[in-house]
Amino acid sequence: MRPVRYNENEKVYLNDLPENTYTGEGFMATKLSSVIGLARANSLWPLPFATSCCGIEFMATLGSNYDLGRFGAERMGFTPRQCDLLIVAGTIAKKMAPILKQVYMQMAEPRWVIAVGACASSGGIFDSYSVLQGIDQVIPVDVYVPGCPPRPEGIIEGVLKIQHIVKNESLRRRHSETYQQLLTECGIQ
Amino acid sequence: MKEEHHIKLPEGSIGKESTTINVGPTHPATHGVFQNVMEIDGEKVLRTTPTIGYIHRAFEKIAERRPFNQITTLTDRLNYCSAPINNIGWQTTVEKIAGISVPKRVDYMRVIIMELARIADHIICNSIMGVDTGALTPFTYFFQERERIYDIFESICGARLTTNIGRIGGFERNFTEGTWEHLNKFMETFPKALEEFESLLVRLRIFMDRTQGIGIISAERALNYSFTGPNLRATGIDYDLRVLEPYSSYEDFKFDIPVGKNGDVYDRFLVRNAEMWQSYSIIQQAIEKMKDLDPSVFHANVPEYYLPEKRDVYTKMEAMIHHFKIIYGETAMPKGEVYHAVEGANGEVGYYLISDGGRTPYRLHFRRPCFIYYQAYPEMIENGLLSDAIVTLSSINVIAGELDA
Amino acid sequence: MTAYFNDIKENIEKEFQSFQNWNTNSDIITFEVSASEITKLLEMLYHDFQFQFLTDLTAVHYPEKEKQELCVVYHLHNLSKRMRLRIKVYLDITKPNIPTAINLFSAANWMERETFDFFGVHFVGHPNLTRILNVEDMDYFPMRKEYPMEDPTRIDKDDHMFGR
Repeated sequence: MRPVRYNENEKVYLNDLPENTYTGEGFMATKLSSVIGLARANSLWPLPFATSCCGIEFMATLGSNYDLGRFGAERMGFTPRQCDLLIVAGTIAKKMAPILKQVYMQMAEPRWVIAVGACASSGGIFDSYSVLQGIDQVIPVDVYVPGCPPRPEGIIEGVLKIQHIVKNESLRRRHSETYQQLLTECGIQ
Repeated sequence: MKEEHHIKLPEGSIGKESTTINVGPTHPATHGVFQNVMEIDGEKVLRTTPTIGYIHRAFEKIAERRPFNQITTLTDRLNYCSAPINNIGWQTTVEKIAGISVPKRVDYMRVIIMELARIADHIICNSIMGVDTGALTPFTYFFQERERIYDIFESICGARLTTNIGRIGGFERNFTEGTWEHLNKFMETFPKALEEFESLLVRLRIFMDRTQGIGIISAERALNYSFTGPNLRATGIDYDLRVLEPYSSYEDFKFDIPVGKNGDVYDRFLVRNAEMWQSYSIIQQAIEKMKDLDPSVFHANVPEYYLPEKRDVYTKMEAMIHHFKIIYGETAMPKGEVYHAVEGANGEVGYYLISDGGRTPYRLHFRRPCFIYYQAYPEMIENGLLSDAIVTLSSINVIAGELDA
Repeated sequence: MTAYFNDIKENIEKEFQSFQNWNTNSDIITFEVSASEITKLLEMLYHDFQFQFLTDLTAVHYPEKEKQELCVVYHLHNLSKRMRLRIKVYLDITKPNIPTAINLFSAANWMERETFDFFGVHFVGHPNLTRILNVEDMDYFPMRKEYPMEDPTRIDKDDHMFGR
């Protein structure tokens, strides 16, 4: 057995604050990027791009039983220019794909995308000539929520995952090579 | 002196006095993917050109590759606000072609579920109509009742929205104790909630002014456009398939068909509200009638078509073989063609099925009420205001999934 | 009820050369006429027998029936007498022309566009016969039996794994 050794130099002393200095609630030191991430994560403005069944379940998520507002994301913006979280809920047909791309391109950076439901993630049960097999063919996606349609808890989990990403990602992620490459793959400049 | 024009305008744009605007396909006020290119003069809508097909998913093509049992999942996604009606409509279609008759208790269970679905659909439509006229409060209150209906569906089949409820020949399991608990709870709270909802909107001056005399369609035009369901009944025609061609033992129930008079948005709203009361009374009657019947019956005795219980499929050899036989189409569906229609929440949902005796339908066509009456929309909003066009769209309750199939 | 149907049958038999296959065994009484006589037949049923509600209009593709590959199916409803009729018109796939029913039923407008979109049935006299659900530049009619359900250009799914 390795003997446990205490570092005797690390004793904590509680001192009274010197007079005429900082008083009140106190302060903490952190990185600016964390503060920005914290602020962004708790005030997401979602843009619901609801096309079909998942849209109804998304409505239930906004309703009083599940209440997405608890996570600071109840302010639905219906214009892409103001929003930073694109929630794609429902089947995207090939006829719709250019419109989805246009909406994404109208959003300002930073922007995040959730694909809600099987259809948006992979085409779902509709493996047919008219359905886009997953929206990641046209825009980059951050979080996929499985289910057909996902339960409101699932959608909330997806939003929480997005919040986690928003909090922890580097402010410079958008300039990174991977992200740029993703955008180029989708044909977005 | 010769006048010179430096700015070249497009041909015909000098005399033009109207503006062309594009609404959709992702406009927030349209609750779905519809595109309308409108020609407006000030706020007056002169002409509208709708474009649809933005979530066309090729249901009918997919249905040609799916065994009969698996098509229930497709019907869910037609009108996803009231999926169980579509499910049961499809199952009764297959039962019609296969000549299966189900016990009374199954019929009554189906009636309960279908009427719950009708209420759920009307809750969405009517409360959204409030949202579009600027009253968000009724929506937040009334959506609670929809959650209660979801609870009932969840305890029957495990899913909330796209239910895939029932099987060909009956149900996969009986109503459990939890189901009855949720159902009784719903029966207790619903009348109060509906009364509250009505008191919030029905005599509200602003709501009445926004909806009366808006989006009118006459009975003749509505018939010519093949309107069905609440939208036709709001014009004063008592066309209801539950009475006209009773299916699933609807002839055992006593209920009224609410009709409107003017065919405007307000009448459609009132007809839907009145239908919720009727549906409520039908559910009450069905619960009463079920008390006299053997509580253990929940499917017809048709082993050729009815899938064995899942638990047995995983543990017993015979059940598994049986399951595979049905899924792989060993038991032949009779040849023939059938048109079966049920009264969906939005109108006549029809299934035109042609079977060639194979494992999948040869051709399956869905008569989708939304698709058929959305083409009357330009006529309904002509010479009205732009804001009224939005209310009209929500009042005819067009569901994008059903529209585009 | 049966008397009324017999009345209809006699009238049609008298007036229409191409009338055939009166089928009462199906759930709805079904019969066939040719494309050249369909307008006249619909008009007669509309005015004399109150079949004034077009429930449904669609088509079926039978690749093995020569010269009769496409079948346009009308479902009519007489609301006052609670009766339905199903009328079938067989068309040659090389010249799938049939007169439009818009003059009688406004509802036929989109139903015919949908049928054109899926099967390529050409409704003569339709004011705006363009694709309605599929994309404008699609160059085939997807509901015909020879075309696959899946997107043929897909490369990301292994067909062997998906049991096709």
